[in-house]
Amino acid sequence: MTEAARPRTLAEKVWDDHLVVKGENGSPDLIYIDLHLVHEVTSPQAFDGLRMAGRPVRRPDLTIATEDHNTPTLLIDRPIADPISRTQIETLRTNAQEFGIRLHSLGDIEQGIVHVVGPQLGLTMPGITVVCGDSHTSTHGAFGAMAFGIGTSEVEHVLATQTLPLKPFKTMAITVEGTLKPGVTAKDIILAVIAKIGTGGGQGYVLEYRGSAIRSLSMEGRMTICNMSIEAGARAGMVAPDQTTYDYLKGRPHAPQGAEWDAAVAYWNTLATDDDAVFDAEVFLDADELEPFVTWGTNPGQGVSLNDSVPDPAAFDDPNDRAAAERALEYMDLTAGTPMKEIPVDAVFMGSCTNSRIEDLRAFAEIIKGRKKADNVRVMVVPGSARVRIEAEAEGIDKIVEEFGAEWRFAGCSMCLGMNPDQLAPGERCASTSNRNFEGRQGKGGRTHLVSPVVAAATAIRGTLSSPADLSVEVSA
Amino acid sequence: MEPISTVAGIGVPLQRSNVDTDQIIPAQFLKRVTKTGFDDALFYGWRQDPDFVLNREPYRVEQPGTETRILIAGPDFGTGSSREHAVWALRDYGFAAVLSSRFGDIFRGNSGKQGLLAAQLSEKDIETIWLIVDEHPGIAVSVDLVAKTVTVGTASFPFEIDDYTRWRLLEGLDDIGLTLRDENHITEFESRRESWRPTTLPAR
Ligand code: SF4
Repeated sequence: MTEAARPRTLAEKVWDDHLVVKGENGSPDLIYIDLHLVHEVTSPQAFDGLRMAGRPVRRPDLTIATEDHNTPTLLIDRPIADPISRTQIETLRTNAQEFGIRLHSLGDIEQGIVHVVGPQLGLTMPGITVVCGDSHTSTHGAFGAMAFGIGTSEVEHVLATQTLPLKPFKTMAITVEGTLKPGVTAKDIILAVIAKIGTGGGQGYVLEYRGSAIRSLSMEGRMTICNMSIEAGARAGMVAPDQTTYDYLKGRPHAPQGAEWDAAVAYWNTLATDDDAVFDAEVFLDADELEPFVTWGTNPGQGVSLNDSVPDPAAFDDPNDRAAAERALEYMDLTAGTPMKEIPVDAVFMGSCTNSRIEDLRAFAEIIKGRKKADNVRVMVVPGSARVRIEAEAEGIDKIVEEFGAEWRFAGCSMCLGMNPDQLAPGERCASTSNRNFEGRQGKGGRTHLVSPVVAAATAIRGTLSSPADLSVEVSA
Repeated sequence: MEPISTVAGIGVPLQRSNVDTDQIIPAQFLKRVTKTGFDDALFYGWRQDPDFVLNREPYRVEQPGTETRILIAGPDFGTGSSREHAVWALRDYGFAAVLSSRFGDIFRGNSGKQGLLAAQLSEKDIETIWLIVDEHPGIAVSVDLVAKTVTVGTASFPFEIDDYTRWRLLEGLDDIGLTLRDENHITEFESRRESWRPTTLPAR
């Protein structure tokens, strides 16, 4: 069988089509990078490295930068108060200017979280390679792109050469068949996947999400799933492109047009994994069985169905898991056996590159519409980009949010990691649509429960972790 | 990276073992946005002591980066945290080479990437060099990467460095430099890159 005729997975096809030099005798392949996304936190030393070596950015036209991690979500027209945050932002502005890189600064209509901006502009498309000095670059795999996070030295390498020396990744199929129940979303699928394979289960792999439940998801839903591939330790997550992908992409500013569009679609249609291709590992999940999912611990793998209770550490067979559960419960101030739905929260964060796109905001707004948030719960809604914010305002979502008693903010990473002033106070408990429930991630001493937008909405209404189903019972009663 | 064949400068004796990267540069300096300008952070804790070697003549550098120095360190230099900042700080101060009988693995790797020569000598030879430097403070130490020898006055000592790193340093190739050796392949790849693939410029 010739090389071309060998049955291949989606990931292998994209890899093969970006081979600049095939590595020999154990040396890595040299892979071409189609799109390089840059933000203020991981790029300064890379630009400095270029400057020291007297090297230009090889392809400014394949590079785009945005400000997101440090940007405030209130009073965005004032100077940034924290000097370190301000310096990082100002450094990015200087670097972008010096090296001729397109930058969307705070206040610009295309500013926003880097992983929201790429797809929104139509830059993220099937069959391309995407990198960024950011682990959640995996988001872009939802389009059938090979997208992964890199370190600062690699950022410099890509800036200088538009390539990366890489050893091929292994492939894992994650097949989700069936139909999701109402109120169960993409977020619940990925939380269930991570709980199943563990936070290290994907190490060294590109995950390909397949099956009828994935096919029926919107692009936003697929992005939510691919986004959190990294929380399973994977290098990347991918979904083969289909009509849903094309419908989302067509007409966006940087999407191909006319004959180019047709040529692209013809190529994209060849990308799906061949029927007889073999994955290095396979995992199956039944969508019919899934319930809204929520984390109880301090890593994204420590999750249960919302109908379950806080697990008993003694129930874990593996001594490391048991010890981790004990530590997590102590940090989270939770008692084994407590029904998840009885856990009260102090805050709800609706945002982050996992769930801050227009569809996420719509899902959240639909549930809170005409209601009031629970007293004692502060609720923050942070659109993923300036454009999402404008789109939401055109639909009246800002009004719904404000009438609900929640805060309507400007775009950015915000309380996903609290590099800006949006932080939890020590001991505060938050239902968050973000992706990491690590100790102190949302603020020193803060406690995070990862949830979907609709669970966040129901929780904001009831004040305890809740699913939308809990609301309909109340309404009809 | 500039090709390196021989580096020479005043030998600075650092008669301590197990100098980890936290001691080379404390964590408080990692929030900076640059890859240069770390000279003030180098050995920050120790430099508060006026008797520390870098605070004494003839070892101290008036204007960091303008004079070359060679560090002669005890065993297990550069252990601990992987911070590349340790190499940046040494380089920024003016160190072109570090001599030791054992290096932390990651530090040695980072050194190779940044053109700082990490030369491994026997413990006995390091001690001999310390004695010579002690008798002749300010004596030049010369490190010849081609011959793999360190010369101090009339005495010469062999050193070890892995062949791949040596080749890259001699050729002046960092990882990026190495990739750029395949630049014709990159350019060729770009020439057949399909026009539907994304470009960020001009903005639309
Ligand atoms: S929203 Fe959170 S996870 Fe996403 S890029 Fe920003 S900080 Fe990272």
